[in-house]
Amino acid sequence: MTTPATSSAASAASRLLKGGTLNGERTLSYVDAVREATDQEMSRDPSVIIFGLDVDDPKAIQGTTKGLLEKHGPQRVFGTPLSEDAMTGAAIGMALAGLRPIHVHIRMDFLMLAMNQLVNVASKSHYMYGGKVCIPMVVRSMIGKSWGQGAQHSQGLYSFLMHIPGLKVVAPTTPYDAKGCLLAAIRDDNPVMFVEHRILHFQKGPVPDKPYVVSPGKARVTAAGTDITLVGISYMQVECLRAKAYLEDIGIKAEVIDPIWLSPLDTETISHSVEKTGKLMVVDNGWVCCGAGTEILAQVTERLQGKRDFRVKRLGFAPVTCPTSPSLEDAFYPNARTIAAAARDMVEGKPTGWLPEEKAELQSIVFKGPF
Amino acid sequence: MARAYPSDKIKSPVHLSIGQEAASVGVCAALEPEDVVFGTYRCHALYLAKGGDLKAMIAELYGKVTGCARGKGGSMHLIGTEVGMHGASAVVGTTIANAIGHAYALKYQKKNALVVSFFGDGATEEGVFGESLNFAVLKQLPIIFVCENNQYAIHTHQSRRQGKPNVCARAEAYGIPAERIEHGDVLYLYERIKALAPKVRGGGPHFLEVMTYRWQEHVGPNRDFQLGYRTEDEMHPWVENDQVDRLKHMVDGPRRAKLEEEVEEEIAAAFAFAESSPVPPAEELYADIFKESHS
Repeated sequence: MTTPATSSAASAASRLLKGGTLNGERTLSYVDAVREATDQEMSRDPSVIIFGLDVDDPKAIQGTTKGLLEKHGPQRVFGTPLSEDAMTGAAIGMALAGLRPIHVHIRMDFLMLAMNQLVNVASKSHYMYGGKVCIPMVVRSMIGKSWGQGAQHSQGLYSFLMHIPGLKVVAPTTPYDAKGCLLAAIRDDNPVMFVEHRILHFQKGPVPDKPYVVSPGKARVTAAGTDITLVGISYMQVECLRAKAYLEDIGIKAEVIDPIWLSPLDTETISHSVEKTGKLMVVDNGWVCCGAGTEILAQVTERLQGKRDFRVKRLGFAPVTCPTSPSLEDAFYPNARTIAAAARDMVEGKPTGWLPEEKAELQSIVFKGPF
Repeated sequence: MARAYPSDKIKSPVHLSIGQEAASVGVCAALEPEDVVFGTYRCHALYLAKGGDLKAMIAELYGKVTGCARGKGGSMHLIGTEVGMHGASAVVGTTIANAIGHAYALKYQKKNALVVSFFGDGATEEGVFGESLNFAVLKQLPIIFVCENNQYAIHTHQSRRQGKPNVCARAEAYGIPAERIEHGDVLYLYERIKALAPKVRGGGPHFLEVMTYRWQEHVGPNRDFQLGYRTEDEMHPWVENDQVDRLKHMVDGPRRAKLEEEVEEEIAAAFAFAESSPVPPAEELYADIFKESHS
């Protein structure tokens, strides 16, 4: 079943702000949605296996792999040696032999040890070998934030991977999309980088219990508006929805879009919105320079230039290494209030100096350690 | 190939196997069709020894659409999945990890097959070498590691790159039985693989270091002794001990002449096939970026 990126699912992201059950729909956490998708696919298809550092340990990757070992056995669910490079290469070899491996990295930062296999082999094999082989593999990786995650536990490095032909990249925000995108990723015959944000892991939202896919290459309008288009990537989607609430207080109606899949990227949905609003702000969960937000902005500009006057703005991490002290870390990330402030300046076409008063219900999620 | 190269019809940098054929031939002759090999950018001998199609190989080097990778991989990425040749990488050491993954899958799928991972002495310096050996032991994988030690990483001798140039000792340190075959003896190698294969298929890696020597330059069709990093004297015993020549003299005169004629004909036909084949059409540039999925 393929779900179009509209309608009932469209409000799923908005419900992140509220949580709980709506209209009797079942709600799951992001963690449980990821686990359910994995379990359902492993039950359906014996070629699916999952491994990575700590996958079978008592904490089970924040619970996303909990119970899989007991149900599917140690041949299909295993922790690995600390060998990101070789284990990525091994996943490729398994895929070449007909398996559908899921390789888990508890931190996206650790992917840097696996770039040769990802970039030089996984992404290229189907093309380089003239279509003779394919590499159906999923690489899950997590981005950390707050509580002193610091320089090497906080990076959103997906833009590196968007650069590479032959690799798909997805960064779902809601539990609904986490399940649907992971199912789609596992069933895809190509390598897929599945990016999770730790702050999103414990967010709850409606998730159907049956298997369903959220297909590659389709963005979702998560909240309608007419004055400005806010595109929020991964966790920044949540901050954009909060920013929309701040903007409503001053009469500005923001349209919010979640690209979901960063590669292939749905520029059409975003361009359509910008045609209407004339203002595009992309809020990235990474650095701005050469980032995913920059690419989105460039693609939309190429489509709309000459057709319509519009203004553009990029927000993202401060162009520094992520610091650990909360006083500095707070300034490192965009948040709902800074996004709303920048959006108002764009809408009014001048610096207003406005920064909304913080509302308790729109505060950033407080994250407790030890992770 | 070395003779054809100056014509500039071969549109790919070639890393010739001349001098190193015995490692590929001795191993692959002892394998079963369902066994799988992974190689390096110096993969011509391996591709052919595993049963790869010569016509498709030459066409690939010519950049023709009839090539084994439709003219998109070139000399360094020969593939023949139909004969168990599962690829080769330009990045040293890379396919060792792919080989252990494939071996893991074979074990999980309960297939009675094994994987042979071919790499050079330079690859043993890469991190992925140690990581892969460790995993192969941990999971008792059906894999034979074959280090083709030609002693040179491009122009740099092993003794200038390795503090302790004992590759087998490193394999043994991970818990893998290892042995060094000194003279590239093709028949001995064949016998060893024949003897080892049943045990490896049952699970548990083995390691072979096969001493060999590259006659030509690292990349290209010529000799390179004028560079001064090695001498012809060093090569001399390997030429004396050439395994191709050795096998040739084990065949009696008339049969040998007939075989040579057949081989020459096959080579000529392969080059003619490559010459007459079409190049990929323009639309091929955008073909096979992604495999279409049906979920």
